[in-house]
Amino acid sequence: MTSPDEVLQGLYDETLVGNAPRVLELTEEGLALGMEPQSLLFDALIPSLEEVGARFERGDFFVPEMLIAGRAMAGAMERLRPLLAETGVETVGKFLMGTVKGDVHDIGKNLVNIMLEGAGFEVIDLGVQVAPEKFVAAIEEHQPDIVGFSAFLTTTMPMFKANMNALEKAGMRDQVIVMVGGAPVTQEYADAVGADGYAADASATVKRAKALLHEKRSKVPA
Amino acid sequence: MPVALVACGAIAQPVAEIVERRGWPVAVHPLPPLLHNQPHLIADEVRDLARALALCHETVAVAYADCGTYGALDAVCAELGLRRLPGLHCYDLFAGESRLASFLDDEPGTYLLTDFLVRSFERTVVRELGLDRHPELREDYFRHYTRAVWLAQDPTPELRALADGAAATLGLPLTVVETGHRRLEAALEALLGGSAAGTDSAPLR
Repeated sequence: MTSPDEVLQGLYDETLVGNAPRVLELTEEGLALGMEPQSLLFDALIPSLEEVGARFERGDFFVPEMLIAGRAMAGAMERLRPLLAETGVETVGKFLMGTVKGDVHDIGKNLVNIMLEGAGFEVIDLGVQVAPEKFVAAIEEHQPDIVGFSAFLTTTMPMFKANMNALEKAGMRDQVIVMVGGAPVTQEYADAVGADGYAADASATVKRAKALLHEKRSKVPA
Repeated sequence: MPVALVACGAIAQPVAEIVERRGWPVAVHPLPPLLHNQPHLIADEVRDLARALALCHETVAVAYADCGTYGALDAVCAELGLRRLPGLHCYDLFAGESRLASFLDDEPGTYLLTDFLVRSFERTVVRELGLDRHPELREDYFRHYTRAVWLAQDPTPELRALADGAAATLGLPLTVVETGHRRLEAALEALLGGSAAGTDSAPLR
């Protein structure tokens, strides 16, 4: 019989190497043992994916390793998502995400989505090649706390500004926190387009999103 | 050789052929082509090699475009007083910037291939992206691509067959655009002509 500690260690280790079938098995074993979904998530899956990110930063892991780990965690999340919802734990916030118009790259964005969801955000992903008017319509429909613009190409980064202009024009700019990210993006560029936040990787995005949300909420009078 | 050229391994072969054909007194020093997949390492690698070459050459130039360094290579060039090839990627050097931009405007989901990538597809794409070990990742990488465009510098039947195979592996229709080496040669000529500044003998005939 596997113990809860062994389940957590196994989830951590198998997520790290991207063993999706084993991660799902261990998730089931943990639930069968009566372990809380939050524990599986926060004590094993998220720390493991954070370690994957750290190894990528150090050059010990490459994109394939990141992706298979992300897929393994995503599989577990599919199983845990409805259970987490049932627990009645409120989401940290609602995050609307999309890759800008003219850009089809979404590997980084998808990893960010997994980390955000794991951290308790409700994530609405608009996919790739999202036009400014589509962002505006989705903000209207979903009323997110944060909207994230992702770009991989220097040639598509200017769409950040186009999106900001569309939000201004629609009178929505003060309604949402805007975060930007992607390989060519820098803090300076984020500042230049008037974004509220920028982060260099998935883990940093989660921390920055939480900080921005806390900042905004603390400004709202009770 | 008075001039040393730090070259991306992915274009070093045609660069060396052009240098030889034109009889330029230039020594081509390639860096590993797989840096193509780790562009954040390029600037430091170029700096190290350029510094070493500067000890025994009058002039050092850089046969890289920006190549995904997002300005880091330009910073190294400014630091060491080097010049590099123009453009964002080697694709610009084969197809031309405006033509390439039109490909991507027409179909943002365009996956670009060069002769080098076609020839080394199994190593530089399949193995490097982990598709040999994790074929399920193909969907993650390529689901939003709609076509492969081969910027064919030297479209031999052998390369055409390899390009067809690469496109089939990606699950994309192949468009062949014959580019030759004309633009690359002109860009090299501009780069190396300028890099001889300070001497009366330009490296170009």
